[in-house]
Amino acid sequence: MSKARVLVGTKKGAFILTSDGKRKKWKVDGPHFAGWEIYHLKGSQADPNRIYASQSSGWFGQIIQRSDDGGKTWNPPGSKAEDLKGPEGMPRGESNKFVYEGAVGTHKWYDGTQHPWEFKRIWHLEPSLTDPDICYAGAEDAAIFKTTDGGSTWKELPGLRGAKGGLWQPGAGGMAVHTILLDRTNPNRIFVAISAAGAFRTDDAGKTWKPINKGLKSPYELPDPDAEVGHCVHRIAMHPSRPDTLFMQKHWDVLRTDNAGDLWKDIGGNLPTDFGFPIDVHAHEPNTVYVVPIKSDSEHYPLDGKLRVYRSKSGGKEWQALTKGLPQKNCYVNVLRDAMCVDSLEPCGIYFGTTGGQVYGSADGGNNWEAIVRDLPPVYSVEVQTLK
Amino acid sequence: MRVMLPFHLRKLASVDGGEVELQVGKPATVAAVLDALEAKYPVLRGTVRDHVTLKRRPFIRFFACKEDLSLEPPETQLPEAVVNGDEPFMIIGAMAGG
Repeated sequence: MSKARVLVGTKKGAFILTSDGKRKKWKVDGPHFAGWEIYHLKGSQADPNRIYASQSSGWFGQIIQRSDDGGKTWNPPGSKAEDLKGPEGMPRGESNKFVYEGAVGTHKWYDGTQHPWEFKRIWHLEPSLTDPDICYAGAEDAAIFKTTDGGSTWKELPGLRGAKGGLWQPGAGGMAVHTILLDRTNPNRIFVAISAAGAFRTDDAGKTWKPINKGLKSPYELPDPDAEVGHCVHRIAMHPSRPDTLFMQKHWDVLRTDNAGDLWKDIGGNLPTDFGFPIDVHAHEPNTVYVVPIKSDSEHYPLDGKLRVYRSKSGGKEWQALTKGLPQKNCYVNVLRDAMCVDSLEPCGIYFGTTGGQVYGSADGGNNWEAIVRDLPPVYSVEVQTLK
Repeated sequence: MRVMLPFHLRKLASVDGGEVELQVGKPATVAAVLDALEAKYPVLRGTVRDHVTLKRRPFIRFFACKEDLSLEPPETQLPEAVVNGDEPFMIIGAMAGG
């Protein structure tokens, strides 16, 4: 019997929601890491019991947690006194040590001067598709790190910051690698997206990266609307069967590329507003895309107080509002960029979390919705594991 | 030596009660206490002071014998009452305010 396990990161802890394949009745487990900000949790496809979590705090900094039993128990990898006691002696406790490689370098600061990179937190964890001990981490200030020992130690892939990093400038929400997409057909290819910098691609497993922002237009955010870097990409999404096709929710605009980011085209079509944060693709229909339109960059809540997911079955341009089971009046929550996901059950399930603490789920591709849980802390991220 | 930890660090280190006991070499300085703490509880590395620069995290405070040692140099020697265990060395999460 298949099951769904939804991993929810919130401002004050993590929650794990589980259900059978029907996805009607849910068990809510948590809070894990109570009181800490959980930016993201994600399970390994190679070993679903392996889950990585990013735990952080303004007081105590970054912690990486790992579960090897599907979220029942957690440990910061390599940080127990009995761990790593080899010939060198003391345990290292380096699972939260994120140090930029080489000379730190600088990026553009708010006043136009250059500012040194400073590690703040991990926004996103992306486990390898094939090896549970390998995981990528997207950091603020923007950088990508990689572990090959299950999270005990992390090493930066510094080539990303070499992709015109000196020109990147944080926006009001900071400057973080918030999206990491792995190509199932090509292990050397990785896509990332960075708030206020844009989208980037490597074709050599992270050694070198290039901006892939041609076709993006930011007339109200950048002096040059067609700049090579600086665009505020909110999220990109890929269907695993079509790795050259990516869908993007930008600060404003919804776009797609069919050539791995070499050129993007606007697919906003009839959306009531093309501002928003998350975007995702149906598990079985590579041309079916979901977004949650938000009124504007100045008013981060749904248009007219109606929480509506929009679905395009044609890869963009033509969008349909999905409203059944979602609040259609007095709703002023936001849905953050990492807070929507799809399962691979049949029919495909869609999930998203709000800053008002609800997690909504649809077990039929978005036609009908219900709140799985309400009144959690503000939801930062939602991921789902489909368990066989 | 007795070292008092804030709630979240006690949970992280799986410590019962409010304090931990540490063997601290001489001279017993702020840095020596933190070295001993991190050696016994590696999970706390990076949570009180930076991994590389060893600078105190901004919202952490060090109190001892009603004195704030947070801004003192790491080589500052601790009061005798802390060294002999009559008083704890207190690691505090600063008030959030607001």
